[in-house]
Amino acid sequence: MRQASPKAPSDDKRWRMIDARIRRLGSSPDALIEVLHTAQEAFGYLDPETLAYVGAALGVPPSRTYGVATFYSHFTLKPQGKHTCVVCTGTACYIGGARGIIKRISQDLNIGPGETTEDKRISLLTARCIGACSLAPAVVFDDDVQGKLSPDDVMTHLEQL
Amino acid sequence: MNVCTLKIDGVEVVGTAGETILDVARSNNIEIPTLCHLDGLSDVASCRLCVVEVAPSGKLLPACAVAVEEGMEITANSDRLHRYRQQIIEMVFLERNHVCSVCVANNHCELQDKAAEFNLTHFDLCPVNPRLEVDATHERFAIDHNRCILCLRCVRVCSEVEGAFTWGVSGRGLDTRVVTDAGAPWGESDTCTSCGKCVQVCPTGALFEKGRSVAQEKPRRPFLPYLTDKAGVPA
Amino acid sequence: MTETSPPAGRSPRVTANVCQAAGCVSLRSVELSKDLGDRLQKAGVTDAAVKRVGCLGLCAEGPLVRVPETGQLFSEVGVGSEAEAALVEHLATADPTREPRPKPSSFFASQVPIVLENSGLVDPEDIDDYIARSGYEALTTALTEMTPAQVIDQIVVSGLRGRGGAGFPVGIKWQTVAKSTTTDHKYVICNADEGDPGAFMDRSVLESDPHRVLEGMAIAAYAVGADSGYVYCRAEYPLAIKRLKTAIRQARRKGMLGQNIGDSQFNFHVEVRLGAGAFVCGEETALIASIEGQRGTPRPRPPYPAVSGLRGRPTLINNVESLANIAPIIRNGGEWYAKTGVGRSKGTKVFALAGRVVRTGLIEVPMGMTLREVIFDIGGGILDNRPFKAVQTGGPSGGCLPAEMLDTTLDYESLSEKGSIMGSGGMIVLDDTSCMVDVARYFMDFSRDESCGKCIPCRSGTTQLRMLLDKIVEGNADMLDLSRLEELASMVKATSLCGLGQNAPNPVLSTLRYFRSEYLAHIKERTCPAGVCAIASGEAKTS
Repeated sequence: MRQASPKAPSDDKRWRMIDARIRRLGSSPDALIEVLHTAQEAFGYLDPETLAYVGAALGVPPSRTYGVATFYSHFTLKPQGKHTCVVCTGTACYIGGARGIIKRISQDLNIGPGETTEDKRISLLTARCIGACSLAPAVVFDDDVQGKLSPDDVMTHLEQL
Repeated sequence: MNVCTLKIDGVEVVGTAGETILDVARSNNIEIPTLCHLDGLSDVASCRLCVVEVAPSGKLLPACAVAVEEGMEITANSDRLHRYRQQIIEMVFLERNHVCSVCVANNHCELQDKAAEFNLTHFDLCPVNPRLEVDATHERFAIDHNRCILCLRCVRVCSEVEGAFTWGVSGRGLDTRVVTDAGAPWGESDTCTSCGKCVQVCPTGALFEKGRSVAQEKPRRPFLPYLTDKAGVPA
Repeated sequence: MTETSPPAGRSPRVTANVCQAAGCVSLRSVELSKDLGDRLQKAGVTDAAVKRVGCLGLCAEGPLVRVPETGQLFSEVGVGSEAEAALVEHLATADPTREPRPKPSSFFASQVPIVLENSGLVDPEDIDDYIARSGYEALTTALTEMTPAQVIDQIVVSGLRGRGGAGFPVGIKWQTVAKSTTTDHKYVICNADEGDPGAFMDRSVLESDPHRVLEGMAIAAYAVGADSGYVYCRAEYPLAIKRLKTAIRQARRKGMLGQNIGDSQFNFHVEVRLGAGAFVCGEETALIASIEGQRGTPRPRPPYPAVSGLRGRPTLINNVESLANIAPIIRNGGEWYAKTGVGRSKGTKVFALAGRVVRTGLIEVPMGMTLREVIFDIGGGILDNRPFKAVQTGGPSGGCLPAEMLDTTLDYESLSEKGSIMGSGGMIVLDDTSCMVDVARYFMDFSRDESCGKCIPCRSGTTQLRMLLDKIVEGNADMLDLSRLEELASMVKATSLCGLGQNAPNPVLSTLRYFRSEYLAHIKERTCPAGVCAIASGEAKTS
């Protein structure tokens, strides 16, 4: 017994992307994480409206949708800056100087990991390991992986974003 | 009926297929401490107080979630297990703020009882001292996260018995919290039926009825006919 | 996906295999392959080809290009670099029939590629290239000439053990799933949630040879009677995901996945499911919860997934590297595989060699090789000629071994006997600039952050362990704290619900075992011998 699928909150065509993904995965609660991925790709983050819509479409109670969205570190409930800077803190990067890089960004931009600059230009994030250990220390600027970086290199890259 | 014989703490006991180690121990008056377990709800094996040693591997397994098997040899109580259990209870106290003297559940608290039972008179380690909120937006009930031990009985009773799915779990690790719906205040929940089962099953003073003062919150578990009270109710 | 190729029907005189795995891609190797094509065209060279391939191994010296016909490896070939000019020159003039083949460098000489045999040779986005190198031959053989039981027999005989870390015999796992009865589906899951920091073996395999993994899954599915499967891959590996999806599409079109595979009665459907940033999802039961769209928290075993797994059905879960070993075992026989290796550890193991070592990258060595051979012969020793201090294997579940243990052989038993583990294959070399207490704290921080929060010992215990380690590195601890650390570590190890908590104390326990003096220096003398930890003052505190 499935409720009629809910109506998208607006005409924004990104909802159609999400609807298509839901249909392909058969509207089952199993698909929650996959659909949240699609939604986050579309909107950049997961706001309460999106969570409510996805949950209703898949027949997942709000407490469960919220539980999943807050469990996985990849999902973010807050809007991100225009650019993201992900500092890898895997073992090789850690012993290769990731700490110094984070410290420098925090000092110069006045943001900590997980935060966004006041002008909403840059979000600083950390990753547990991006698997680019041979390039340690590595940083991902938007989707672009850069390796063997000094704190100065990182600041230069950030200015050029 | 499929019957099997096994040994718990050297005593030969008989169990039936499908029964857990905990079931068999309790029906033979062998005490195994529990916190997250509550008869009538599914078992999550998360508090780890009921871990017992199963020969020959010597591995520690949760008595609440492991079915008995023919020929099992189980150590349910030993110095080593006692020490582990003591440490686990200490771990619970350290992660949130449990101040019995000002708690509505004083003298009716399963955590307090466990601490007394295991002679936990002081802490060796540093408490985390988080600043957690109290949500008193519901008209009849409130939750004080400082006293929550994350046994998730409320979450289980809400979905498994009441079928409301109001209570859920958010975050992870030390930031794990029980939440109502999508994190909005309890009073705004449109799934909560205000049945109060969550309050009844809470082992501590985390969930309580409003208007109660220190030591007045006493679980009324017998009001829930589908949950037997043979486990966990403070004496 | 060949950038330039000689006129149809003529095979090229030489080929430039340009690495397109994530490491080299981040060093602009995609642009490089285009640029090489342009330059060759401009120079009027028509009998040289440029081909995009997977990982060439020596990731630290990328972008890498290998010319298989002459055996030459070009490293640090940036667009417009001198190395690129030299490469173009070589491509234009080299005569493979006369050119003396260079001796393989010490990085490659003692490696034995089985899992990585195609890596750096096949185009990972071209199924035909894979098929040309005996791809899907093993699947076809299994389907047409072998019963499921015979397939499992070969895996048992091979002695292959799980490459995800625990080392459970793969054949026995398959037997259990095959024996489990069900009314409808069984599942095969490929665990590609490679979460250990410092490990990138699975990423490289998926990026370099995705069909190999799919073929292994299909053979496994045939053997255990499954009809659907999932690859559960970290979202942090976008390139691996893309190549995997491409490979699945191509395999379906070629009839190697889907209905009636190879015109047999066997059906097998594969889908990719993305992780979302939770290390604990590498644990089988948490992984299943995640595929079911739930919070990735583990549940107690038994029942094991082999009996009751995904959606309550019998489920086989193997990791990427385990599955990548299947096709060669079926092609060459279990006995052939068992010839490599030592004791109860058969075959080869892929390691991601990283840290303070001269040559970092992806390597595959026979089980039984010593740590010394790997670090000093293949890895070329320590950077800047500094002294070797320790090697960390097994990530946050593993341990650190000191110089005295360098002659330990790489096999499951020896490593765990010495207090470390084989783990999934991360191998990080540390020199004297690393403080071992700080390293232990780093891993504890990781485990604390990644604890799912379900069970008390792991949730609260890792926090307390981390706080104790903080106290030590800050120079505020006394000897009582050290005994508390040890006692707490043993409780967390013994009572936690899943492998994450049970193994989280290992880095602490192994550094306490081999580097106790460093802990004592922080506590008694309030100094950090490596000069890493900022201890406020050198004065001893009375305790």
